[in-house]
Amino acid sequence: MSLAEFGIVFLRALMVFGLLLVATIVNIWAERKILADMQARIGPNRAGPFGILQTVADGLKLFFKESITPRKVELGMYMLAPFLAVIPAFLIFMMVPFGRPFTIGGNEVALVGADLNIGLLFVLAMSSMAVYAVVLAGWSSGSKYPLLGGVRATAQAISYEAAMGLAMVAVVVYSATQGDGGTLSLVEIVERQNGTWAGFIPRWNLFPQVAAFVIFLLAIIAETNRAPFDLVEAEQELVGGFHTEYSGMRFAMFFLAEYINIFSMSAIAATLFLGGWSGPTFEDSVPAFISAILPTVWFLLKTYAIVFIFFWLRATLPRLRYDQLMTLGWKGLIPAAVVWLIVSTISMGFRQFGAPWG
Amino acid sequence: MTFSDWIAEPVNWVFAAIGLAVLFSGFRVVTSKNVVHAALYLVGALAGTAGLFLLMSAEFVAWVLVLVYIGAVIVLFLFGIMITRAPTGLDESLSSDQTAMPALLSAAVFVVMTWASIDAFGTELLATVGEATSTQVIGESLLGRFVIPFEVVSFVLLAALIGGITIARRDLTPVEEEERMSV
Repeated sequence: MSLAEFGIVFLRALMVFGLLLVATIVNIWAERKILADMQARIGPNRAGPFGILQTVADGLKLFFKESITPRKVELGMYMLAPFLAVIPAFLIFMMVPFGRPFTIGGNEVALVGADLNIGLLFVLAMSSMAVYAVVLAGWSSGSKYPLLGGVRATAQAISYEAAMGLAMVAVVVYSATQGDGGTLSLVEIVERQNGTWAGFIPRWNLFPQVAAFVIFLLAIIAETNRAPFDLVEAEQELVGGFHTEYSGMRFAMFFLAEYINIFSMSAIAATLFLGGWSGPTFEDSVPAFISAILPTVWFLLKTYAIVFIFFWLRATLPRLRYDQLMTLGWKGLIPAAVVWLIVSTISMGFRQFGAPWG
Repeated sequence: MTFSDWIAEPVNWVFAAIGLAVLFSGFRVVTSKNVVHAALYLVGALAGTAGLFLLMSAEFVAWVLVLVYIGAVIVLFLFGIMITRAPTGLDESLSSDQTAMPALLSAAVFVVMTWASIDAFGTELLATVGEATSTQVIGESLLGRFVIPFEVVSFVLLAALIGGITIARRDLTPVEEEERMSV
């Protein structure tokens, strides 16, 4: 591997890191502003124009606060848990292509952290790793409320992971019919959604796989422990849930992980269902640099559209009761995902190979 | 191949390091006095095994191992531990005194497996570094050449599932049935 190639790999990882940090700052501010607007309040408006620097101020404050360590904690696990929350959240986004590849000095730079052959599998593996942080934080705190939060998180993550995986399988099967053989690479899946049907409908997986999209969306909201599925940190019942005993920078890391997860999972949804960075680039009518940047703009717009749904649902729906959560997961989403997978696979088989009796 | 040839390859250093880490974690799983720590050492052992698969360029198997075992099976272990009892300290009653027979059994399994794999493959090179086996090839062989073993394995899992439900399920007495209905 030459120095230039190594540099490009390093640059890509750095780009993902930077993008996620900026996205988190924007996300937290956007959530507070959008929630405030929906509740007829003003929201943060002091730090910077429209209060956009509020998150930076909060982050600095948390950074300088004391990280209190309660006496009864299991020190090793207690210190490790915040890192276990952040790392998988970052790694998930490494798989997401966020723009069209461009060329610098003869080297092609793909706008993706890493293009793995088994990208989607990696995403699933990392999203299931994320539950360790919550479980270990809850357990190692040596306190009742965090433990309950940890137990709830485990049950919830396992229930909704199955539905999420099945929804992904339906997309993988569909995109296998759109190109040469099946693929689990997110880069490939985006490229297969390029172009339009009948000249104006984009070839997004959303239209043929709309049921999978709905299931996937509900499952990622539950996976990221967001309202209305935020029983893990239900403040009326569990104080702060798994992070009750955390303060200062360690608490900030859990917070960071939650918002990175929202952004990463929305990006995965945009990639799988909304065509990722694909979109019109108007190559003939605008300067070259604009048409090079447009795919990234499309990607961010699609991702933020899904992030907006997260905030919208939080402002709209009350929290589910625990048994309702389990019923929705096991009796609602998983059977629906299985049925949809069978139906869509059979219909694709008909289209691909013709009816068995014909 | 002599030992000095073997150790000259940098990839073998990685192999040795991961192998030792897996052995250590495996040992600590059975000797650890804290049940949550034991489960976490098992995570370490499985992660090391996934690393060994990555070293053999078997990306698919490695990440499936992470997804299924680390991401689901051990999480269920932890779930089970936490809804029953979740001590943060040491539990002296956790280790069993009967170590001789299990140790002998493990050694016997190790010898048989080693003998079988050396007998079957010898010095044959199973994988080339840097050439990932594509998921498509694995999928096609699972649903083609190996479809019958594949289905049998899933049948065994189904049987285990039904068995588990049968053992865990307790039929309600008429009184309990009535209580449940009234809730």
